[in-house]
This record gives sequence, structure tokens and C-alpha cells, in this order.
Amino acid sequence: MALQDKDRIFTNLYGLHDFRLKGARARGDWDGTKALLERGRDTIIQQMKDSGLRGRGGAGFGAGLKWSFMPKKSDGRPHYLVVNADEGEPGTCKDRDIMRHDPHKLVEGCLVASFAMGANACYIYIRGEFAREAENLQVAIDEAYEAGLIGKNACGSGWDFDLYVHRGAGAYICGEETALLESLEGKKGQPRLKPPFPAGSGLYGCPTTVNNVETIAVAPTILRRGPAWFAGIGRPNNTGTKVFCISGHVNKPCNVEEEMGIPLKELIERHAGGVRGGWDNIYACIPGGSSVPVVPKSVCDTLLMDFDSCRAVRSGLGTAAVIVMDKSTDIVRAIARLSKFYMHESCGQCTPCREGTGWMWRVMERMVRGDAEIAEIDMLQEVTTQIDGHTICALGDAAAWPIQGLIRHFRPEMEQRIAERRSRAQRQAAE
Amino acid sequence: MPKLTIDGIPVEVEPGLTVLQACERAGIEIPRFCYHERLSIAGNCRMCLVEQEKAPKPIASCAMPVMEGMVIKTNTPMVQKARRGVMEFLLLNHPLDCPICDQGGECDLQDQAMAYGMDHGRYEENKRAVRDKYMGPLVKTIMTRCIHCTRCVRFATEVAGVEELGALGRGEHMEITTYLEKALASEVSANVIDLCPVGALTSKPYAFNARPWELRKTESVDVMDAVGSNVRVDTRGREVMRVLPRLNEDVNEEWISDKSRYACDGLRRQRLDRPYLHRDGKLVPVTWREALGAAAERLKAARPERIAAVAGDLCDAESMFALKGLMASLGVGNLECRQDGAKLPASSRADYLFNTTIAGIERADACLLVGTNPRWEAALVNTRLRKRHLMGGFKIAAIGPALNLTFPVEMLGDGPKALVEIAAGTHPFAQVLKDAKAPMLILGMGALARPDGAAIYALARKLGEGLKREGWNGFNVLHTAAARVGAMDLGFLPSGKLGDIGAVLDAASGGGLDVVYLLGADEIDMKRLGKSFVIYQGHHGDAGAHRADLILPGAAYTEKNGTYVNLEGRAQLAMLASAPPGEAREDWKIVRALSEAAGKTLPYDTLGALRQAMVKAHPSFAHIGGVEPASLAAFNGAAGAPGSGAFAYPIANFYMTDPISRASTTMAECTEAFLNGSAPLGADRGTGTHG
Repeated sequence: MALQDKDRIFTNLYGLHDFRLKGARARGDWDGTKALLERGRDTIIQQMKDSGLRGRGGAGFGAGLKWSFMPKKSDGRPHYLVVNADEGEPGTCKDRDIMRHDPHKLVEGCLVASFAMGANACYIYIRGEFAREAENLQVAIDEAYEAGLIGKNACGSGWDFDLYVHRGAGAYICGEETALLESLEGKKGQPRLKPPFPAGSGLYGCPTTVNNVETIAVAPTILRRGPAWFAGIGRPNNTGTKVFCISGHVNKPCNVEEEMGIPLKELIERHAGGVRGGWDNIYACIPGGSSVPVVPKSVCDTLLMDFDSCRAVRSGLGTAAVIVMDKSTDIVRAIARLSKFYMHESCGQCTPCREGTGWMWRVMERMVRGDAEIAEIDMLQEVTTQIDGHTICALGDAAAWPIQGLIRHFRPEMEQRIAERRSRAQRQAAE
Repeated sequence: MPKLTIDGIPVEVEPGLTVLQACERAGIEIPRFCYHERLSIAGNCRMCLVEQEKAPKPIASCAMPVMEGMVIKTNTPMVQKARRGVMEFLLLNHPLDCPICDQGGECDLQDQAMAYGMDHGRYEENKRAVRDKYMGPLVKTIMTRCIHCTRCVRFATEVAGVEELGALGRGEHMEITTYLEKALASEVSANVIDLCPVGALTSKPYAFNARPWELRKTESVDVMDAVGSNVRVDTRGREVMRVLPRLNEDVNEEWISDKSRYACDGLRRQRLDRPYLHRDGKLVPVTWREALGAAAERLKAARPERIAAVAGDLCDAESMFALKGLMASLGVGNLECRQDGAKLPASSRADYLFNTTIAGIERADACLLVGTNPRWEAALVNTRLRKRHLMGGFKIAAIGPALNLTFPVEMLGDGPKALVEIAAGTHPFAQVLKDAKAPMLILGMGALARPDGAAIYALARKLGEGLKREGWNGFNVLHTAAARVGAMDLGFLPSGKLGDIGAVLDAASGGGLDVVYLLGADEIDMKRLGKSFVIYQGHHGDAGAHRADLILPGAAYTEKNGTYVNLEGRAQLAMLASAPPGEAREDWKIVRALSEAAGKTLPYDTLGALRQAMVKAHPSFAHIGGVEPASLAAFNGAAGAPGSGAFAYPIANFYMTDPISRASTTMAECTEAFLNGSAPLGADRGTGTHG
């Protein structure tokens, strides 16, 4: 039961068609946007809740529920929608394709979502490296202004709406919602303490909602086709379609929009040309971008790709960036590389992450060589739990989880490496 | 009021408090590094994590507001693990150089590692080394020790108002820096040393000088300005090793200015440690008996109207009271304490006090500064003004030359013209003051120490009467001298012919005075003392001693028990922290001995008896530590038209304002670095582990 073409939302994900307004309109974007807005704020939010859409940025928080946290009436402060287009999670490249090939979906979504939250202004914080994507997005925004779709009296709805693109400067942490707000305000991108949550005090101290590109981009289609349509796809509590990014040891790495809850094996075999060397050659897989724990083949065999199923195997759907590793992979080294990434991208604000990510990486580097004690595996495990849940933002968790996954599933591999090195050393000493 | 349960103890606290504060109310200590009551909340050290029932993760208690029905636990395995974990992380890259670290013995990291840390380390990799930063002549940096709590950054940005400290880099490579390797251009910069919970920022002048447990601590007050900051004087033997702030919410909160902290090395230099008498063209050492005899002989020989006494800026009230008593018994009326020639009337106390009080600034909503630069004249009044500014809704304007007070001030002109217009109600700011619920006017010595000072004072006083509200007195005089208010309270003022310091100097240079008694007075023009016989009683070989014919060596503020009255009218006690050097004596004793030699023995033998007499004559000295509210009486001072010249601020160099700070090498270095701008760029590039 794969997703049928008629149920696809991103009909130009591969850039085969015109990304501009004309092409977008031909694909159904901006169709009856005014009528969508005329349903009113409460209806839009209720329909988003009914659709069961969960945030596509990684945490999977209910989108409709998040929108409903915004104050119903302004207390004088403006409301803001901020779109998180700082897509930096290793393995993930879905927002990038949305923005360069289907930017009008995002622009229309910004209008609808902003209207639903009472925001007259929306900022898209786009990753600095996405130069071409920012250009296409800007083209789309300019076209939309030109056509009266956004700006004063957007789409003739009577709602004034301005949309800005802000380019980041290349820090992974600026994809964390509050760090993104800090960066957008022109400060050093460091996560803020919560509470206060952005819905109460976000950008410039005003009520703000931060959503992922994909979450916003799917909203107009959901509203147009009805929440029941979206909720009818996928599994309960994990509804709708999702863009999966399949990379690693597959024959045809790709981005593909699929139904939530599709089995991992089917996803890879149908869309990515299968695992290099056949399914039995799969060794491990990271199902949701570098921050979620790795799972071994035994789990991959039956894993369904949705939030709750991934969670049930102590991993996560994250951004649905499937990183496939076949048996040629040095799994310890792969995870050590991720540790280095998190050490490099830790903002340095809070203690466990600043100090712990470096420690973990250094121990991991020794684990790669087997230059460690068996007991250090337990120590490493304990260090990850000292970071996990003790930091201001989720980067600490994200740095800890891959190692926890590694130790959970591949401990024998690590122990074997240590033992091999030891026996090699003893042999050399004997000679 | 939210009710919550902490470790099973029900607590009810006011809303808006954080969980950490609520825990403190319940008597439960929460370890912390980054949290500081007077700074914004950073929540980054993660040491204060506690468990909240039903929360999946431990919460940062310093940042979490209390909520009704919260159940907090601070002694569960989860909390202990969190604390141990954070402690371990902090120590990973912290160097093990405690034996050579100046923070040793008063280090939060040491203390909390003892209480919450593990007994061993598990980190076997190499530690990080961080290049030291140049922060000026006062703050020594060993940045390898930094734990990135950002207290210093927040202090500089929020309290000091200089955005010159910040963090560069990310993750492990994050470093606290001054960006451009510049000295921290603030008068309160050295407070970051106290704030730093580890030895990353330590005191440069005090480096490797002493250990805290070797020091004797004496609670005292500061005399480097008229604020009367509460300080602790740490001594080893008879040497003052350092001066630290002491908490007083009404005066200095917990900050002190850099001068208060660092001028103390001036107490070791240029000291007068024995009596000297001018003989045959030079000063020769004499015994106390000879010195007192010579002084008494001169005083007895001269006619009372040909004698004058001038009290300086650092004098304690007791010595001035004794000298006034001696002069009265000799029939001398030419007394003066206003060395700078400020036209301050003394008809009632409210005329010359900072009536709003320093803490009262926080209740003000409009402020007019007249001829004053509080940043240099009273750095801690300026930090209060800044604090008030940050609260919002505070209109502040100034009359005088351009100012940088670390917060925006509307400049209304540089001379008396604007004041005339405001007093007449024709200036727009007059309306601001009129509409304000708690307006204040701060009148500085820059407006009073000039020939038309009396006219300006009268104008300001007239304006000040319009700033009265229910329970609010908005008229303030900003003094620069620690002794001034005390001297005014004692009436150390002319009752004879010579009406002010100008008249005294004119008389002296014209040969009209036989004896001039300088009690620590160094700020007058010594060349104009003419041929009169100058008796200088004081502690430093400064201007007065150079001119003196007879030197009576006294005690500095750390060497005597004395009363100082700050600009608010708050009498506070300075305590003897170490003995005066050599043959120098406490000042009131010198005057008492002189009175005996002159045959006019003063009626007290002990400090207690002197204080009793002083309180009897001047009841305002009875209330130590507090402020007696004084109300503005009708003012009948001479008016007249003010001139048109621009105000000149009284302090040209914040770091050198009195004999002690002028003798201080640290203050000389500050003058070089901050005023002459010759900071050594890129000095001190070590890492602390560079060998």
C-alpha cells in the first residue's frame, strides 16, 4: 500500500516542472487560498488538529496543537510565524528540495499559518549554505507579492501579510527553535531557556511559533483536501505523507514522499533501489537523521517508519532521514564521526554539552581503534546519560543518543575491537 | 501566592520567584555557578538541576518560575546524579592548578566539588588550554580555568553598561573575551573578579600576594568617594592586602568601584610616619613632644582671628569634632571644610544631602543632573541610575558638558542657562519634572564650586522645592568627598570673618593669617598660603605635607575607628584594620594631645567619651548605619544671577582624587591605561599552562 500519485502533496519534488508561480498554480497551489482564509482562524487550527499532522522537524509535536498555543487575541504585541529552514541535520535534505522546486507551497503555507496564528509577518530562516534555494524562494516570494497573493490584503482576504527570508550563517545549532530566534534577532545563536516558550515570548519577546518547512508547506493542501483525507493516510496518530530522505548504502539515494508508517524495507526497496548487495547486506540503519539512535538489521527488518513505531524500538523518526549502512560499514567509526559533528556544533553555552560532547568524541575515537578498556564502554554509556536530559536544548540529547544506540546494539563489536587490539599488542610484545 | 512542596516541606512564596529562590526560602541550599541574584538568568551551568514531580527531566531551578502545586525534590538519586555529572564535566577541562591559583580557599568550584563532586576523575584525555585575554591593569585572566558561567559578561553588559565582554566561538572552543583585547573601560570593572566563581578572573595587583585564610578581615567603609561603600578590609600584619565589597542594599548593593578596591596599595606609599618640623629650610624629624610643643606655641602666640583650620576630604568626624572643639576653645572661627569652594549652605541638613537616598533612585521616574558626572564622582550612584534606566520609564537629562554615563541621557546644554529656563518653567524638561511622580534633581560640585555657585544653588533649590511629593524629596546634592557631609553636620564651617576657602587663602597669601591648620587638607592651592605657619596633620606626603612647616602624622581610614557620613547623611563606622605606621597616631588623639599642650585640654580621654560628646552636640551621629530623613525648609539664600560659563566636572581623573589614590601605583597604571590609552596590546598571551 504505497502512496498513490493522487495523494502526493509535493508534486514537483524532483524539479521536473516549473517552480515558478505559473507552474505552481498548474499544480494546484494558490487555488482558493482566499476561501481557505475565510474559514477563520479557529476552523483552520481545528482542521489542522483533525488532520493529525505532527511537526516534520523532528520532534513530532502536533502542529494544530502548537498553533493553538498562540494567544487568541493580541495584547498589543505582534505575533510572528518563523519558518525553520535551517536544515542541517546530517542525512536530511527534504526542505532543500521543497524550497528549490516547490517554493510556492511554502509561501502559501506561510500565509495560511500566519493567518491562523494572527501573525502579519513571517520570517523564513534559511540555512546559509542554501544559496540557490534562497534565491528560488525569493523569486517565489517576489512573484507572490507581485500577484497580490501576499503583502497588503493578501489574496484579497483583507489580511496584511509580509514574508521575509533571512539567511543563516552556518551553525547547526541555529536550527534549534530558540537559538534560531536569537540568531534572527542578531545575537549569538544560543538556545534560550524554556519557559518562557516562544508562543508566549519568542521573537523580540512576542508570541511566536516556529515550524519546519515541511510542516508549513503541507498545510494548504491539507486544508484544501480536507483533514479527513490527510488523516486517512498512514497509521493512527501518525497520519499523512512524509518526505523521506534515503541515503547511505542504497543503490539510488533519493528523497521521496511516502505514506507514514511504510515499512523501512519497502521504503528502501521500492524507492531507493534496495540496499547495496541486497537486503541481507544491511547492517544498521539510522531511521531519522543523525541524532536518533542507530538500529541493527534485526530491527530494520520489521520497522515501520512513523513516530510511534520508531520510538517503540528506542529510536526515533526524527526528520525521516534514513541513513542506511551495509556490512562494509565500520559502525563505531561512523558513530564517532557523528560525535565529532556534535562536538563541533555544540554552542558551548551549557556545561554537559560543551564539555561532554568533546569527551565522548575523544573516547569514541579510541573505541574506533580499540584503544580502550572494556569498562570504558560502561563509562561512556554513563557519560551519555549525564548529558541526555540535562541540557538547555536537545543538542545534548542528540549527541548522546547515537552513542547509546551504538552501545545498545553493537557492544560486542566494540568489545571485540578492544580485545583484538590487546591481543595484537601482546603478540607484538612477545615477538 | 503559589504553594509548593520542596523535599516534603510545604512552602508558600510570592509569585514570580524561581524554584531556586523558593528552595532558599525553605532553607535548602542549591549549588550554582551561573546564577546570581543581581544578574539576568543564564541557566547554563546546569548545577542547580532539581527534580520536579511528573517532569521527565531534571529542571534548572534557577530559571524555572514557581507554579502552584509544584513538588520539588532536591535530594533524590536523580538530582545527585545530575550534580555529580555537571561537576565532573566542569572539572574535565579545569586545570589542576589550585595550589597556584589565587582563588584557592574562596573558590566556588573547589567548595562545590567537595560537596557534590566525585572522589576521582574519569577523564583521561588531554585538557584544554585557552589563551589568556588582556582585560586591563586590574583583572588578571587565566582563561584555561574558565567554566563559561558568563557572570562576567552579564555584569559588564547589565550592571557596568559596557558591552565589551562576550563569548566567541562555539562548544569547547567558546572563550570569554574582550573581543579587541582592550581594558574593560568601566569604573566598576573589577567586580567581575568577585563574580567569577573560579580563578579565571582574579585580581592583578593582588596576584600571588596572600591566601584568604592568612588575612584578617575587618568590616569597614570606603572613603574614596562620598558614597560610603561598605567594604571589608583584608590585612596581613599591618599591611592592607585588599579591599572587597560588603553587602549593603541601601548603599553599594554588593559592588564597589575600582578606586575603592585598588587604591589600597597607596596606603603603603608616601606615608607620614613621624612628626617633622621645618627648621633651617628643611623638614627635620622631631619627637611628638617637640612637635606638639611647637604647634601649641604657635597657636597660643597667634591672635584667634589670625588662625584658620581647614578639614580635608578624608577626615573622620571624630577628628574634625575634636579640632573644632580645640579651635573653639582658642576662639578661632575661621573653620572651613569645603576645600573646593563649593557654595553649599548649611542652614538645614536637607540643603546638602542626597535626600532621595541611593536606593530611592530606583523609585524615581525622572531625573535632572546638574553639573555632575556621577560615573566618576560616585560610580555606584551611576550604577543605580543605570539600574533604574534598565527598569524602563525613566527620563533623565543633564546640564553640563557631554557625558557618557553608560545609558542615554538627554543633554540640555552645558551651562546654567538651561537650569534658569527649567526653574522658570519655560523649558520642556520643566514639564517632565512637573508631571513626574518621583522626580529628582542631582546637583553636583561642578555647578557649585564656582563663583556663581550660590546663585546656581538658589535656583536649584527653588526647583527642588517643586520636586517634593508625598513621602518623596527629590532634591539631591552629589558630594565627592567622603568627609564633607560629616563636616557639614558638625558645622566645620566659618563663623568668623573669612567666609569661605577663597577668603582663607586670600587672607593667608596677603599675610593676614599666622597659623593655618590643615587637617588632611590637600586639595587647596598651597602656593596661596603665603608666609603663614602651616601645621599639616594627615597620613600622606601629598600637597599639604610638602607645604607644611610642621607635620603631625595621622592615620588613614583603615587605621582608625572613625565615623564617616555618606552623601545621603548615613553615618557609618570605619574600623581599625591595622595600626598606623611608625609614630603616626589616630587623628582625634593628636588633636586631644595638642589641646593639652596648648593648655586647652579637651574634655574627653577616650573615643567613647568623644563620641558621646559628639552625639550630644550633633544628634544625627547617633543613628549609625541609617538615614534620618531631612525635610527641605524654606530657603532664604542669596539669589542673584548665575553666570554663563559652562559647568566643569570636578573630577579630571577618576583614578586619582585624593592623597591615597595619588600614591597608588595601581591607580597610576589605571590612569595610563584608561586615560592615556596606553594599554599594552596583546600583553600576557599565556594559557596558564604555558610553563
